[in-house]
Amino acid sequence: MRKQTIVVIKIIIWLLALVPVSRLFWLGFNHNLGANPVEFVEHSTGIWALVFLLISLTMTPIRLITGQVWQIQVRRLLGLWMFFYASLHILAYVWLDFNFLFDEMVNDVFEHPRILVGFTAFILTIPLAATSNQYMMRQLKSKWKTLHQLVYLIAIFVVVHFLLLVKKDLTEPFYYAAVLLLLFGIRVLFKLKKKMVMNKAQK
Amino acid sequence: MIIVDQSKQNPSEIQPSEITSQSVYSNRRHFIKLAASSGLITSAALLSLKAKAANIAGSGSTSRTTLSARTNTPQSTKSLKKDAIYNPRQKLEGVIKSGYGRDLKIDTYDNITTYNNYYEFGTDKSNPVVQARTFQPNPWTISIEGEVKKPKTMSIEALMKLTTLEERIYRMRCVEGWSMVIPWVGLPLASLIKWAEPTGNAKYVEFVTANDPDSMPGVNAPILDWPYTEGLRIDEAMHPLTLIAVGLYGELLPNQNGAPARLVVPWKYGFKGGKSIVKIRFVEKMPQTTWMQAGPTEYGFFANVNPKVSHPRWSQSTERPIGGGLFGGRIKTKMFNGYESEVGQLYAGMDLRKYF
Repeated sequence: MRKQTIVVIKIIIWLLALVPVSRLFWLGFNHNLGANPVEFVEHSTGIWALVFLLISLTMTPIRLITGQVWQIQVRRLLGLWMFFYASLHILAYVWLDFNFLFDEMVNDVFEHPRILVGFTAFILTIPLAATSNQYMMRQLKSKWKTLHQLVYLIAIFVVVHFLLLVKKDLTEPFYYAAVLLLLFGIRVLFKLKKKMVMNKAQK
Repeated sequence: MIIVDQSKQNPSEIQPSEITSQSVYSNRRHFIKLAASSGLITSAALLSLKAKAANIAGSGSTSRTTLSARTNTPQSTKSLKKDAIYNPRQKLEGVIKSGYGRDLKIDTYDNITTYNNYYEFGTDKSNPVVQARTFQPNPWTISIEGEVKKPKTMSIEALMKLTTLEERIYRMRCVEGWSMVIPWVGLPLASLIKWAEPTGNAKYVEFVTANDPDSMPGVNAPILDWPYTEGLRIDEAMHPLTLIAVGLYGELLPNQNGAPARLVVPWKYGFKGGKSIVKIRFVEKMPQTTWMQAGPTEYGFFANVNPKVSHPRWSQSTERPIGGGLFGGRIKTKMFNGYESEVGQLYAGMDLRKYF
């Protein structure tokens, strides 16, 4: 794929990624965030962080299925947008929800598995965002890949975090869990295929 | 994300009430100008994030001041307008004002009627205002059964005439960690119980609520074990604070708030307040309630507001008052939701950690 096409794809990702956050500001200005605006902001930023996480995890399966390699060049951008929305999500929690009440937050994190799992997921994204540049990639060499496999753990934590939030109707988080399982499934399938091919070659 | 179901509305029927009001219109104009000047629509949005945050902080505080005024004309949201088309708001006559909650800052009609947990009309809190539009709360009867001298039924009209209706401003604390101040109109449950003439065996009262698959889309999904049932100990039910609400803001109760009659127990978490009651049963043994069945480790029979007993999902030591806007913050949750002096003696000697 030509370099220009990649640039166009990146611009499209930028524009689309700015829509949810712009919408939040728009609704905020118009007092249209509903009766519980804090919950609205927390939910919206959380959902978009999860969506970007899942999209970035879709890039490898696309490569495996189509054999093309361009997706890998936009994966970092998608991952960083996930980090952007995850950061907004945490900011909403720390500032809007708890107004920097440190004690209350510590209690909340340790008393509620839902918050603990979500918070852990966010902490784990920090080293990934910090090592996402070319320089760190070169420095870490093969360790980089191992480190960035943390994303699978993060994805599981985030989906569990969502499942634990819901009181009874699990439909919405189940959709996201299903997508994640599908993405994992494709990877496993191709890994098994590769193994079989290798075994045959050895014989 | 909020998805408003517009499928049921014919787009060609635009009601006068649906036309954007002048204030909303001019607000939007103002925002467009502001957005254009600060470059929100362009990709420079990120750079102006800081300025935006400051702006929002400003607007947040204005919303707080306007909330202190009691609005009877809601600054309508789209869904609320739709509701109004199907259920014209009707003023209740002969309601006396009670002393309860006179000092509290009441939530807006808009917030009370668009943010509802009423799973029979959908599990998102924005669902009931839309989904409950076609629900018919009239005619309605409530049947009285179980440990009573003789079973009988009461029509909603008779219920409303049983005794003088009074307005009571109560705090409502949801188990999810938010709270509202709501001006209910209703009658003490005690007067209905006296009329029902329970026998000496009546130790508990069970409330069974509407379960109509035709008008309640939520009951078609096995999310909870329908019909939604709740229960109270007889002394809790007889307590003067316990209310059967038939109105809100001096008007008939809107469908999404539990029309035509619902339970209000202000010192307990909101889910104890069964909506659209069809049956009141007096029983000897503690009844199983819907939420106890759904999550026995999370929801107990008593469900008294208690900041010292944590819930596995939500903090119970603090709460977010609805109406505070984006920057309103939290307040400390009070024991028995602030009604401790009135109801504390009902639970004297009980281990409230065990009986949560």
